[in-house]
Amino acid sequence: MAILSLKNVVKQYHNHKAVDDVSFDVEKQRIFGLLGPNGAGKTSIIRIITSITGADSGEVLLDGELLNGYHPRYIGYMPEERGLYKKMKVGEQLLYLAQLKGLSTKDAKLKIDYWLKKFEITEWWHKKVEELSKGMQQKIQFVATVVHDPKLIILDEPFTGLDPINTNLIKEEIRKLKENGTSIIFSTHRMEQVEEICEDIVLINGGQVMLEGTVAQIKQDFKENTYRLEFEGPEPNFDNFKVVEKSEHSVVIQLQDGEEGNDILKHAVNQGCHIISFNEILPSLNDIFIKQVEAAN
Amino acid sequence: MNKLWLVIKREYLVRVKKKSFIIATLLTPFAIGLLMFASIYFTTKGGQANKKILVKDESGIFSSADIGSKTHTYEFSDKEISQLKDEYKTNGFDLLIHIPAFVDSSLTKHKVQYYCQEKLGISTIENVERKIGYAFKDYKVLKSGIDRDVYDSFKMDIDLENGAIKGDGSKGENSSSKLNTSTKLSTMIGSFLGGLMGFIMYMVIFIYGGMVMRSVMEEKINRIVEVIISSVKPTTLMLGKVFGVGAVGITQLGIWLILIVAMMIGMSTFMGSNIDPAQMQEIANQTGTLPVQDLDAFNWTNISNELGQMKWWLIIPMFVIFFFGGYMIYSSLFAAVGSAIGDDMGEGQQLMIPIMIPVFLGIFMLQGAVTNPNGGMAIFGSLFPLTSPIIMPARLPFDPPWWQIGLSILFLILACWFFAWLAGRIYRIGILMYGKKISFKELAKWITYK
Repeated sequence: MAILSLKNVVKQYHNHKAVDDVSFDVEKQRIFGLLGPNGAGKTSIIRIITSITGADSGEVLLDGELLNGYHPRYIGYMPEERGLYKKMKVGEQLLYLAQLKGLSTKDAKLKIDYWLKKFEITEWWHKKVEELSKGMQQKIQFVATVVHDPKLIILDEPFTGLDPINTNLIKEEIRKLKENGTSIIFSTHRMEQVEEICEDIVLINGGQVMLEGTVAQIKQDFKENTYRLEFEGPEPNFDNFKVVEKSEHSVVIQLQDGEEGNDILKHAVNQGCHIISFNEILPSLNDIFIKQVEAAN
Repeated sequence: MNKLWLVIKREYLVRVKKKSFIIATLLTPFAIGLLMFASIYFTTKGGQANKKILVKDESGIFSSADIGSKTHTYEFSDKEISQLKDEYKTNGFDLLIHIPAFVDSSLTKHKVQYYCQEKLGISTIENVERKIGYAFKDYKVLKSGIDRDVYDSFKMDIDLENGAIKGDGSKGENSSSKLNTSTKLSTMIGSFLGGLMGFIMYMVIFIYGGMVMRSVMEEKINRIVEVIISSVKPTTLMLGKVFGVGAVGITQLGIWLILIVAMMIGMSTFMGSNIDPAQMQEIANQTGTLPVQDLDAFNWTNISNELGQMKWWLIIPMFVIFFFGGYMIYSSLFAAVGSAIGDDMGEGQQLMIPIMIPVFLGIFMLQGAVTNPNGGMAIFGSLFPLTSPIIMPARLPFDPPWWQIGLSILFLILACWFFAWLAGRIYRIGILMYGKKISFKELAKWITYK
C-alpha cells in the first residue's frame, strides 16, 4: 500500500518543464530515496507533495486521497534551504510550528517536551535560536519536522552541517520513526547515505523518472556479472574466462553467456588455489547514478 | 482561519515584546512633546537671540524714533563708519547698522547696510528692517503734515465671517438652506486636523509598511519560509503579517494617543487655560503663520468649542476605514517587494520606487487639499485609492460631499482586494526565489504563474 502516489505530474515554469510526466509510489513504512542531479526537478516535486506549489496536471494521492488542504498536517518537511527565527526562543518556535501543523497548545507542549528530552536538550527551551550552534539548530529543525507525528516525512539533505555523532543520532531516529510506521522520503546527493539508509529509490533527471525500484533490485539490474576472487599463493590460470582486472592476489572476471559464478570457483579449486574470498561485484548507486545521468545528457 | 490567527499572534507578540518597541512607544510622545516645547521656546525666546546693535544713523530718523524693541537693544554713534567697523565688536556690539542720509522723502525704498562677523539670521534681518521701516513711516507721516490720529484711522481690518452663523456663535435657525456654517477658526482647525491625519497616514505607511517588508525579508533570509508555507498557504502567511503588524501599529498609535492627550492635559493645566494673546502675537509676528487679527478668537475655549462641533461621529470612523485601507494596500505592496528582494537590500531600493511615488504624490497633494479642500486636485486625490488614504482624511473636517466619500471607500475596498491579490501572487513566488536578479519584467511573469 502506497502512502504517496504521483501520477503523471507535470509542472511547467514558462519555457522550462521542471517536472515532466512523473509517476512513482512511495510505499508505507519505507525509506524512499528521491535522487537526481542539481536542477533535476527534485525540489519542484517535493514542493508539489507539500502543497507549496500546485501541479499543472496529474494527480498526487496521500494515503489514497487526492492532496487537499488537510494533508499538510500529515506531512513533515525539512527543506534543504532551512532555518529558524533567530530572535525567537526554541520552545516558542517549536510551539508555533507545531500549532501551525494543527496541534493544540497542550499536545504541542507534550510532544516538544518528549523530543527535547529524547535529545537531552530540555534546557534549550528558553534559549534564543541565535545562541545555538548550527548543528544544534539542525536538531531543532529535525524536531520541528517530526513533532506533529506526520505519516510522511520529507528530508532534503538532512545531514549537511551535522557532525558524525549527530548524523548517527538523526539516522537512528529516522530508523525508529520508520519502525513505528512512518514513511520517509529522503533526498540527497550523497549516494553512500542512500545505500546505507534507503530501501527504495527513484532517480529523476531533466524532470523525468529515469530509474525506480528497490535499492537491491536496481543493483541487480545494473550488475555486470563480474566476480572478484582473492587468493594466496601462485596465480591460477584463468585463460578460459574473461579477465577484466588482475593484480598479484586477486582477479576480476566477467561471466560470459552460459557461465556461472560457481564455474570460476570450481576452476580455481581444481587448480589447487588457496581461496581467501569470492564475491559478486555489485555496482554502487554512485556508479549507476553517474552512468545513467551521463547517458541521458 | 485558525492558522491566520496563529500567524497574526506571532507577528504581534514578537514585536510587542521587544525592548526596542517598548522604549520607542513610551519615549516617542515625550520626544515629540519636548520638540514642540523646544520649538515654541526657541521661537519666542531663543530664536531671536538678543543682539546689541550699534547704529550710525546719518538720516537721524531712526535715532529720534521710539523704537520700543523687546528683543534687541539699539545704541547710536556719530563716529565715522570706517572707525565704527573696527570698533563695534570690541565695544561689545554684535551688529553694526549704517543708515545713509535720507534726502528725498518721496522715495519708497532706502538701502541700509549692516556689518556683522557672523552670518546674520533671517529673523534678525527682518526684525531690524521692520523697526527701521516703522520709524521711516512715522517720519514720512509727520513730514507730510497728516495728523497722526487721522493716519491711524486709515487702518482697516476686514473680518470675513460666515453669515450663516449667529452672533453668539450658534448656527442660524434658517439654515434649512444649504449654507455652510463653519467659522474661520473651524477652517483653521480643520486644516490643522486634516494635515495631521494625512501626515499620520504617511507615517503609518512607511513605518508599518516597512515593518511588514522587513518581516518578509527576515523569513526569506533565515530560510524558514519554506517550512512555514508547507503548513500555511503563502497568502495566509502574508495576510497574517499584514494584520499582525497592523495590530502592532494600532497598539503603538493607541498608546501614543493616550500619552499625548495626557501630556496635553498636563501641559494646559501647567500653562493655564488661555494662551497669552501677546505671546501668540509675538509668535505670529515672527513666524508669519497666523493673521494677527484672528488672534482674538484663538483661545482654548473657542478651540474646544470648535473641536466639539466637529463631526467626530463621521471623522473618526472614516479615518479608521482609510487608515486600514491605506495600510492594507501599501503593506501588501511592501510585502511583495520584501519577498522579491531577499538577501540584497540594495536591489530593493529600485523595487520600492513605484511604491514611493504615489505616497510622495499624496504628500504633495496634501498641502493643496488642506488649503483648497474642494478643489479638483483634492477631489482626484481623495478618490484615487493610492492617494485617498492620505487625502480623504485631510478633507474630512471640511464636509466633503457624501457621494465622494462613498465612491472613495468603494475604490479603496476594490484597491485593497486588488493589491492584496497582486501582492499575494508575487509573494508566493518571491519567497522561494533565491539568487535571481529581480526585474519588473520578472515580477510580471510571477503574477501570471499558475
